[in-house]
Amino acid sequence: MKEKLEQIKEKALSQIQDCDSAEKLNEIKVSILGKKGELTDLLKGMRDVAPQERPKVGQMVNEARAEIEKVLEESKARIEKAVREARMKTEIIDVTLPASKTELGHRHPNTIALEEVERIFVGMGYEVVEGPEVEKDYYNFEALNIPADHPAKDEQDTFYVASAVGDILLRTQTSGVQVHEMEKGKLPIRMIAPGRVFRSDEVDATHSPSFHQVEGLVIDKHITFADLKGTLAEFARALFGEETKVKFRPHHFPFTEPSAEMDVTCFKCGGKGCRFCKGSGWIEILGCGMVHPYVLEMSSIDPEEYTGFAFGMGLERIALLKYEIDDMRLLYENDIRFLRQF
Amino acid sequence: MNTALSWIKAYVPQLECTDQEYCDAMTLSGTKVEGFERRDKNLEKIVVGQILSIERHPDADKLIVCQVDIGGETIQIVTGAPNVKVGDKVPVVLDGGKVAGGHDGGPLPEEGIKIKAGKLRGVPSNGMMCSIEELGSDRNMYPEAPEEGIYLFERSPEAGSPEETAHEKPAPTENPTENLAQTAVQTAAQTAAQGQQEPVQVGADAVELLGLHDTVFEYEITSNRVDCYSVLGVAREAAATFRKPFVPPVVKETGNGEDVHDYISVEVHDPDLCPRYCARVCKNIKIGPSPKWMQRRLAASGIRPINNLVDITNYVMEEYGQPMHAFDLDTIAGHKIIVRRAKDGDEFQTLDGQMRKLDSEVLMICDAEKEVAIGGIMGGENSKITDKVQTVLFEAAIFNGPNIRKSAKRIGLRTDSSGKFEKGLEPHNALDAINRACQLIEELGCGEVVGGVVDVAQPMTEVAAGGKTGRKLLPFQPEKYNNLLGTDIPEADMLEMFARLEIEAVKEADGSTWLVIPYFRQDLNCDADMAEEVARFYGYDKIPTTLPSGEATAGKLSYKLRIEQKARDIAEYCGFSQGMSYSFESPRVFDKLLIPEGDELRRTVTISNPLGEDFSIMRTISLNGMLTSLSTNYNRRNKNVRLYELGNIYLPKALPLTELPQERMQLTLGFYGEGDFFTMKGVVEEFFTSTGMKKRPTYDPHAGKPFLHPGRQALIQYDGCTVGYLGEVHPQVLDNYEIGVKAYVAVLDMPNVVPFTTFDRKYEGIAKYPAVTRDISMVVPKAVLAGDIEQLIAQRGGKLLESCQLFDIYEGAQIMEGYKSMAYSITLRAKDRTLEDNDVNAVMKKILNGLEQMGIVLRQ
Repeated sequence: MKEKLEQIKEKALSQIQDCDSAEKLNEIKVSILGKKGELTDLLKGMRDVAPQERPKVGQMVNEARAEIEKVLEESKARIEKAVREARMKTEIIDVTLPASKTELGHRHPNTIALEEVERIFVGMGYEVVEGPEVEKDYYNFEALNIPADHPAKDEQDTFYVASAVGDILLRTQTSGVQVHEMEKGKLPIRMIAPGRVFRSDEVDATHSPSFHQVEGLVIDKHITFADLKGTLAEFARALFGEETKVKFRPHHFPFTEPSAEMDVTCFKCGGKGCRFCKGSGWIEILGCGMVHPYVLEMSSIDPEEYTGFAFGMGLERIALLKYEIDDMRLLYENDIRFLRQF
Repeated sequence: MNTALSWIKAYVPQLECTDQEYCDAMTLSGTKVEGFERRDKNLEKIVVGQILSIERHPDADKLIVCQVDIGGETIQIVTGAPNVKVGDKVPVVLDGGKVAGGHDGGPLPEEGIKIKAGKLRGVPSNGMMCSIEELGSDRNMYPEAPEEGIYLFERSPEAGSPEETAHEKPAPTENPTENLAQTAVQTAAQTAAQGQQEPVQVGADAVELLGLHDTVFEYEITSNRVDCYSVLGVAREAAATFRKPFVPPVVKETGNGEDVHDYISVEVHDPDLCPRYCARVCKNIKIGPSPKWMQRRLAASGIRPINNLVDITNYVMEEYGQPMHAFDLDTIAGHKIIVRRAKDGDEFQTLDGQMRKLDSEVLMICDAEKEVAIGGIMGGENSKITDKVQTVLFEAAIFNGPNIRKSAKRIGLRTDSSGKFEKGLEPHNALDAINRACQLIEELGCGEVVGGVVDVAQPMTEVAAGGKTGRKLLPFQPEKYNNLLGTDIPEADMLEMFARLEIEAVKEADGSTWLVIPYFRQDLNCDADMAEEVARFYGYDKIPTTLPSGEATAGKLSYKLRIEQKARDIAEYCGFSQGMSYSFESPRVFDKLLIPEGDELRRTVTISNPLGEDFSIMRTISLNGMLTSLSTNYNRRNKNVRLYELGNIYLPKALPLTELPQERMQLTLGFYGEGDFFTMKGVVEEFFTSTGMKKRPTYDPHAGKPFLHPGRQALIQYDGCTVGYLGEVHPQVLDNYEIGVKAYVAVLDMPNVVPFTTFDRKYEGIAKYPAVTRDISMVVPKAVLAGDIEQLIAQRGGKLLESCQLFDIYEGAQIMEGYKSMAYSITLRAKDRTLEDNDVNAVMKKILNGLEQMGIVLRQ
């Protein structure tokens, strides 16, 4: 019996080792370990073994079986690996064939610029708010210290709307949102207000009767011109890069005093002077100033207690500059070949 | 405003800086320099030469060969110029030099034109004699230059009479100013004031003699600084900026022993429009050219020199910022000036010969019988100065700025004068200016000034007539200025800055200090204004940079804006790119969109002063912009175009407007190319899913949108509320927009959508128990909608229904007429147990019974 066992084992191991397909391996497994397999048959001969020998023989058979099973497993793995490798050799693809893409849509460059601006100011604790595009004269002009006879109110600059109740107009600036926010009476205020504005300009490469602005307003105790400078310098660095420098020039807006315009170092030449910045090294980006005390008073804020600063910038201007778009009309044509570039 | 730096330096004699330094410093102190240009740009090696001899060119009829003394050296120059004679002194550019332009006066080349020695038809030429055009200017600015040929500094004495020497006689013209110009040139040689007594030195710098070693600066003056729309105003700023003394002209009230009141009287009937009217008279007028220095300064400012009288008024207008007018006193009936409004429908001929329509808001200057000028805008044909003028009446008045602006616009006549007045001039200046003009008349030998001034001035809050008393006072608040600026500037520094700006500090007995605001600074009215003055001269660049202190605030977008951001994300994930279109459009849009007459959408917010009909109404529907953009793309042969827009429509609550219209944000999607109705529906549902709208939207095919295909449109409903619509664009509308393929649109009305959205998410356990799926196949009457079937399955399936999925739909051969075959896969699952057959059967039975009631037959 023992010899028989050795014999079966030797034969099985050599068959398994030589086997090179999963099917054959299975046949070998069945022929040895199956119900009618040789080892199973051998076990049937146990009843001829003397009872005191039986445990010993049983153990021998189990050992042989374990060994065969182990080798079977190993061979199975070996064969599967060989098969997979052979298959992969036939599965070579041309990786330079074109990609199959799901085409995503593209954001408008104005929106990309706006979201950049929003991201920066939200990070500094500003709330993004909105105001009406069709607006009352009071919010667009009067409450901003722009008197009744100001040239900006001329029909050549401002679109007026037919109405039964006097001066309703298309807002010419987002500055009116300042007044709406101040009227809410909740202080301090840190807000930016993006939105569409309208001016009576014929359409050409640099003008559009409809464009976008972003207005900013901070009102709190002890707000200074130095805070205005610091905030906007921080903004400019975040938007145009850490190397960006800013320059504040005195200017005039009816609703701020002192007022300034902010230039940034040309982001094309870094300030050396190029065609882009007309040789000056600087690019004008926004208007700003300390909120005029009359404006605060008109919105029932005590200028002796509170001060603030405000700023406003043209979104298209930033988009045109950042993306080197040379014709503003492209922004409103919606040609997909233009939009896909953003 | 353009001004030569030399003119500024006349009042700031110690000013020394480069052009760039001047530009930077002035801009930083608030007088913005837009640009500057050297007038001697590209003028190199140009000297005065005197022609010693002229010979004919051996080989060319039109050329002559000149020997020219250029100061210690004689060079040969070949020229084709017709006007030179032996003895003439002319500008000569030497070998290796440069001129600014060609002799034809065309556009100036950026780099100028290099001049080199060479040969002309075989004869050597070692330089070039220059015309005024080659020197980069023209006869408008140098009226003494000949019409054709070389500029002459001096004609040789033997060369003939002044008429011939100056230039070819211009053709007679009816334009009065042209006549005057001609007179000016003809009498040039006789006028002592011309300033050409000194003989021109041969070899001298010709560019210097022409006053071209100068730089013209262009300023952008802000509307609050009316005083800076004048050379004196800018010079005062320059002096303060560079800390140099400001030396304005000393104006004396000149005049003979006569009294102007014997010549003229003035009545102002409409003082609201004319707060001050000053008049003076000059007699024995001698018209002639003004001196070169005055001509050069005017030319640099872009004002063409005409004659002494005109030039003086223009010069004073630039210098003081105060427009003046000169009348021929002999044309003023009754020697009386009356200032009053015109009458509606009046007509008046201005001195340019045009008839102008007037109305009762236009202010007129009249004499005892008739109108003689439109106040502040233009004089009349009937009282204009001619070369025969004997006695001149000068007017320096103040007119109401807004009125002038509106009148000039209504009349359609905007002049240099109205441009100055509309800014709102300061009344004091008028008297200074008229006295300055009279002083120049006398100094330049242009006439005899009659003594005294007629001055009709309204009592004004800050101005006493004729005087400078009653000035505005503001408290000196150094601490407030520093607190507003975030600075620590010493009081003494502030006072020193104010002193430079002619703001005087007066200390009161109680220790307070008051600032006396000079009359020309109408813009200084409060502490913030004074803080700006401090900041400007301290230097904006020196103010520190800090960040606001105080209570921290949370930055955020409003909820509406967050949903809009999400909408952009979803649209873009689905392949749609963002477009933007105008808020205003043409009323014809409604016809293009087949919107019937009388439809609510045609009730629009209308712009009273649109850029044109195409931009005249505020949109009430967002589709026109989308279809126009799709059309643009289609006609440019772009394939598979998907666009979206987030923009407002404007719906009036009542017409005419009694309050602001509703602004409703619309998410508009549109595409042509790959995809169909259901692609668009998918995008809409993707958006709903992503914004937490978990209920099933329903679709009502009876949307009633005339611009959509009648069988392929639906209202989008959510929780019983219509939130938008979608559909295939009506073929007629496609034609109207010239789109040659099917296009699909969807519009979501965001104010209706936003309330259903949420960013809140709650985890629901992942199913542990197995699902059971049953497929049903049925024959359905055609009129029954899939949506109805799904609604029924949803309702009857109750809590156990997990999903129902249409997997087959078929109409045709094997199905009877009027029916369609549909197959659904219905999945049921319980959260808490494994479903048993009788659970499933009970639900399926409820569903099938319901379906049967809808006339649906189950297929075996």
